[in-house]
Amino acid sequence: MTELVIPQDTPTTAAEEKIAVATQWQLMWWRFRKHKLAMLGSLVLIAFYLSVISVDFLAYADPNESDAQRGLIAPQAIEWFDNGEFKPYVHPLKGTRDPKTFKRVYVPDLETKVPVKLFGQGFSYKFLGVIPTDRHLFAVEGADAQTTLFLLGTDVQGRDLWSRLVYGTQTSLTIGLFSVALSLLLGVTLGGMSGYFGGIWDTVIQRIIEILRSLPTIPLWMGLTAALPNDWSVMQVYFAITIIISLIGWTELARVVRGRFLSLRQEDFVMAAQLLGCSKRRIIFRHMVPSFISHIIAATTLALPAMIISETSLSFLGLGLRPPAISWGVLLQDAQNIQALAISPWLLIPVLPVIVAVLAFNFMGDGLRDAADPYG
Amino acid sequence: MIAYMVRRVLLAILTIWAITILSFLIIQLPPGDFVDTYANTMSAGGTGITEGEKQALREQYGLDQPMYVQYLKWMGLIMQGNFGMAIEWGRPVMDVIGDRLMLTIVISLAAIVFTWALALPIGIYSAVKRYSLLDYVFTFVGFIGLAIPGFMLGLIVMYVGFSYFGANVGGLFSADYAEAPWSMERVWDLIKHLPTPAVVLGVAGTAQMIRIMRSNLLDELRKPYVMTARARGLSETRVIMKYPVRVALNPFISTIGYLLPYVVSGSIIVSMVLSLPTVGPLLLKSLVAQDMFLAGTIVLLLGVLTVIGTLISDLLLMWVDPRIRLGRQ
Repeated sequence: MTELVIPQDTPTTAAEEKIAVATQWQLMWWRFRKHKLAMLGSLVLIAFYLSVISVDFLAYADPNESDAQRGLIAPQAIEWFDNGEFKPYVHPLKGTRDPKTFKRVYVPDLETKVPVKLFGQGFSYKFLGVIPTDRHLFAVEGADAQTTLFLLGTDVQGRDLWSRLVYGTQTSLTIGLFSVALSLLLGVTLGGMSGYFGGIWDTVIQRIIEILRSLPTIPLWMGLTAALPNDWSVMQVYFAITIIISLIGWTELARVVRGRFLSLRQEDFVMAAQLLGCSKRRIIFRHMVPSFISHIIAATTLALPAMIISETSLSFLGLGLRPPAISWGVLLQDAQNIQALAISPWLLIPVLPVIVAVLAFNFMGDGLRDAADPYG
Repeated sequence: MIAYMVRRVLLAILTIWAITILSFLIIQLPPGDFVDTYANTMSAGGTGITEGEKQALREQYGLDQPMYVQYLKWMGLIMQGNFGMAIEWGRPVMDVIGDRLMLTIVISLAAIVFTWALALPIGIYSAVKRYSLLDYVFTFVGFIGLAIPGFMLGLIVMYVGFSYFGANVGGLFSADYAEAPWSMERVWDLIKHLPTPAVVLGVAGTAQMIRIMRSNLLDELRKPYVMTARARGLSETRVIMKYPVRVALNPFISTIGYLLPYVVSGSIIVSMVLSLPTVGPLLLKSLVAQDMFLAGTIVLLLGVLTVIGTLISDLLLMWVDPRIRLGRQ
């Protein structure tokens, strides 16, 4: 009997030993890895943020250059194979006016083929702001990409939707990141004070949180953003919106931090540190913060989608970022008119990245929350 | 119990006070005072306004005095039911708002009723039949529902309705009743138009509620008293409905407090997309035109109504949950 048990037992002990000596972060990583959706969400987000740093590489047209001659072109299909060979090309479009409806219609010129080149040459830019190059993911040979290639079509003013979407993604994803960073600062400071000092601090901060949570936020945001002066530059509006969004979004983070502080205060190791004569600052930053930083990361990830949706909503209403700034919300403004949308449904495409990004953040946040407490 | 009630009411009053300050801030934010804006609008309309009238208005609102005096005067006027003039419209603010405020409430309540009606059975089903195919389907749909902001769902619904059914699914009244005075027919017309906005507004909340209900009920189902009930031969429906569901329901009610601000907030922007005659489009218009008394009043009224709604849900919770009624004494 014993002989049978030992070979079964040994691998478990080895695994147990591995777990016993693993660091907290290793354990969290193992736990996180098991959450398939969270892994998927993380990969999607990595792709998103890679596209954020390489917008000029992904875009092939100037997102703000309008031309009425190219208005409302439908998404154009790339023909990937030419006579069985991998040689992507597109047919150039010719714009004419329909004699009956006076609408602009675009007819592909089936005779000519414009070769599309991956990693080809287009307008020059500086990759990451330093390396000068003119390589783009999509480029056309022998023609200007801006006038021949329309992957996702164009808007009313003839601006290329693909390129605009790429730049819009950059704005929307970074504004979410900055707002959440500000919220985090507010949340950790106020939540930490609330949880660590307790007493009157706790009461006042908790009441403020309760009040903020019981207010309908969109009308408030609208009121505040509408007051931003009209002559502010794109950058000024960008930062003002970031601040306004984070001013109301910090409450959930503060709640999490406070809860952690309250429960950790009772822990033996905090007591031990106190008895050993550690200073308050050392106890907080050396002993308490490392043990709940994983929870904060999870809560932050879960707070991000709300920030992104807030910016998108405000910009959609015309109260957030204003053109020439481009964000998902600004792009969706074009979809407000239902008649226009019925004729050119591709204007609704910016909805997709919003949904995908929000889902990805939620999945990743869920996985992080489960992994945050690897001993549980 | 009394202490709990008093605390809740005091907090509500505090919140309302905070809302008045925020609304006042919103009115004050744009440069210049409103009398100038008013005078400009009036002279643009050809009527003009004399210096004396300007002076009288400034005195009425205390515009030449420090900020806190202005705030107090404004509060005083509001107490008398005078919310000021909607400058762009040249009519008192309350006239312009009319039944839009009521329609906002109707839509928000419809959304919450929809949320409940859907989340309760689905939540119970998902918990009882955990890891069944339908449970996975609901979880998946719930995730998608959470990820799509209301206004985008509205856009998609409008697009699908328009291009595939050739119908405009927006609005709250058909053309015949849009401007008609209130009558039974008009109310019926309103009820017929309610489902679309209620669904669009309620989906995200429903997804959240299903998750809450499911996890609450799962916690309850593990408890020994459920096994006892089963051992004593109660029917499965009775075992589940009689005790665990009722216990799991409590946190459900308390979340109305969080749901309400969320729904009201969402109704503003969804109204823009579905062109609903609520205060939403009016608020946007007034903010763009810097018609600040109108904008401030809308923010104020929305906030106050939300707080009152939350207070009612808290008191309801106290009535349902004996732990609050009896426990915290």
